[in-house]
Amino acid sequence: MNNITDSLRMAHPEVILSAVTILLTAIGAFAGRKASLVVSALAVISLIGVAVIAAIGVPVGIAFGGSFISDAAASYAKVGIYLMSAVAVILGYGWLGRLSARQFEYPLLILLAATGMGIMVSAGDLISLYIGIELQSLALYVLAAFRRDDPKASEAGLKYFVLGALSSGLLLYGASLIYGFAGSTHFDVIAAAVKAGTGTGVLFGLVFLICGLAFKVSAAPFHMWTPDVYEGAPTPVVAFFTAAPKLAAMVLILRVLYTGFPDNIEQWRQIILLIAIVSVGVGAFAGLVQSNIKRLLAYSSIANMGYVLIGLSAGNHEGAQAVLIFMSLYMIDATGFFAALTALSRGGKPMETIADMAGLSRTNPAMAITITLLAFSAMGIPPLPGFWGKFYVFKAAIDAGQWPIAVAGLVGSVVAAFYYLRLVKVMWLDDSPGAVDKGPLDARIVAFASALFAFPLVMIGLTWIEHYSGYAADAFGLL
Amino acid sequence: MTAFLLQYLPIVIFLGVAVAIGLVFMVGALVVAPSAPDAEKLSAYECGFPAFEDSRMKFDVRFYLVSILFIIFDLEVAFLFPWAVTLMKMPHGAQIFAFTSMMVFLADLTLGYVYVWKKGALEWE
Repeated sequence: MNNITDSLRMAHPEVILSAVTILLTAIGAFAGRKASLVVSALAVISLIGVAVIAAIGVPVGIAFGGSFISDAAASYAKVGIYLMSAVAVILGYGWLGRLSARQFEYPLLILLAATGMGIMVSAGDLISLYIGIELQSLALYVLAAFRRDDPKASEAGLKYFVLGALSSGLLLYGASLIYGFAGSTHFDVIAAAVKAGTGTGVLFGLVFLICGLAFKVSAAPFHMWTPDVYEGAPTPVVAFFTAAPKLAAMVLILRVLYTGFPDNIEQWRQIILLIAIVSVGVGAFAGLVQSNIKRLLAYSSIANMGYVLIGLSAGNHEGAQAVLIFMSLYMIDATGFFAALTALSRGGKPMETIADMAGLSRTNPAMAITITLLAFSAMGIPPLPGFWGKFYVFKAAIDAGQWPIAVAGLVGSVVAAFYYLRLVKVMWLDDSPGAVDKGPLDARIVAFASALFAFPLVMIGLTWIEHYSGYAADAFGLL
Repeated sequence: MTAFLLQYLPIVIFLGVAVAIGLVFMVGALVVAPSAPDAEKLSAYECGFPAFEDSRMKFDVRFYLVSILFIIFDLEVAFLFPWAVTLMKMPHGAQIFAFTSMMVFLADLTLGYVYVWKKGALEWE
């Protein structure tokens, strides 16, 4: 059937990733643990390959009877997702090797999660939305508990699994209500159905759907799993958690709200704004009392999801573009932070508390400069990427007439600046408790590359990101 | 009415044959087989667990693995039945597509099975 050939061509990145995963599973099953280098290398190559294919080689259109959308927004997100997944494979390979816990399943799980995220950002109906989310989540649950012998990692995995299952339940309940009242699972048909008149049933479903999705991006008040999972899960895995899945879920929220419910903006804007404000508040204030850096970054990521949702609440082309720009810049910053944490250890023990960082400027100046740059970027100091991200989301919110919410977001980001400044102060002004181990090359390269992007490269990168995100935001079919 | 009931005649015959064969085997075992009961033989046989006990107890995680594997292949059959029923009623082009899809699915499952086998998850000791 011609139709199927076209559909498969539009889904090329995901089809290739699935095929590669199956092939690598077979290789791993027969060769065992010693195959992990080959499997990891092939996984990285294929992830970079599909990122290139998603960028240049995928026709735009609607595939599989409307379940799968291939457009500029999906391609934009896929490039980011696949490249971040490749980074996660590289970081994890080195890290697991140092713990002599290397297994060939690690790259396979990342590949599966990446496939799921590719389906998420291309979802054209509620079914592929759910399939994408589940494929991604199931792989992430296992990744969180990848170190089975570590009680904290097991706890993180179990918590993530139970709360993730709960959120999937909420999401499915919402999806079933929407289907029941709107009469279709396809976003465009739902949009047409609710345009004629929105009943309470559909809105009920929409609220549940948003709650389920807010769980996946760890926006407050659905954030309670985040700090525990971030603290317990392996650091390279957390680097992955903060980047790709959040971009995928944000694009999915854009897709649901902007293409599925464009005429209900007044209704969903209230929910999004509430979630955004609570996230910014929780992220900023709860982060103040954290001593573990991974927990701190968890709260930081909750606050950042709040900023993104502020931009999203604009409900127009500018808002969609702001979300994409913010997420792209945030992903690089967060990955850099976690790569730096992966690289740092003292006497073979990972440095995970703020006190561990004392005097880093003397024991490991390069890493101290890297973390400082990334922290300033997260704080939103111009001209670093974090500033531009916030600039775009707050501008989108103000232009849409949501200036009180933008002011609240700015206040939150000033409060949050305190904990980044405290980290910088501890690194530069306090006395070091002892020498720091020489970090592994892979993590250092990722951290330095992110820091390099944070400062000089960002101006070049930003023009690109702005251009392509604008093009991607067109895909949501808004003004 | 008779025509309507006649539709069910094969089922009645089938039931009759099933009951007859079942009875023959049970009566045959009663009459022919040697009978030497002991405590082990008379105890209830229930998947390795004592049949009547508190349901909240520890059990080996390997049971979980086996049951998960069972569910996978159970689901496979649930997919295969509707597929098998509708396959021959489709137009030719769709038939090839449907056949290929199911074969890809089965190959995936088989690969999963091979993975589990190679990992040693099927070995009890």
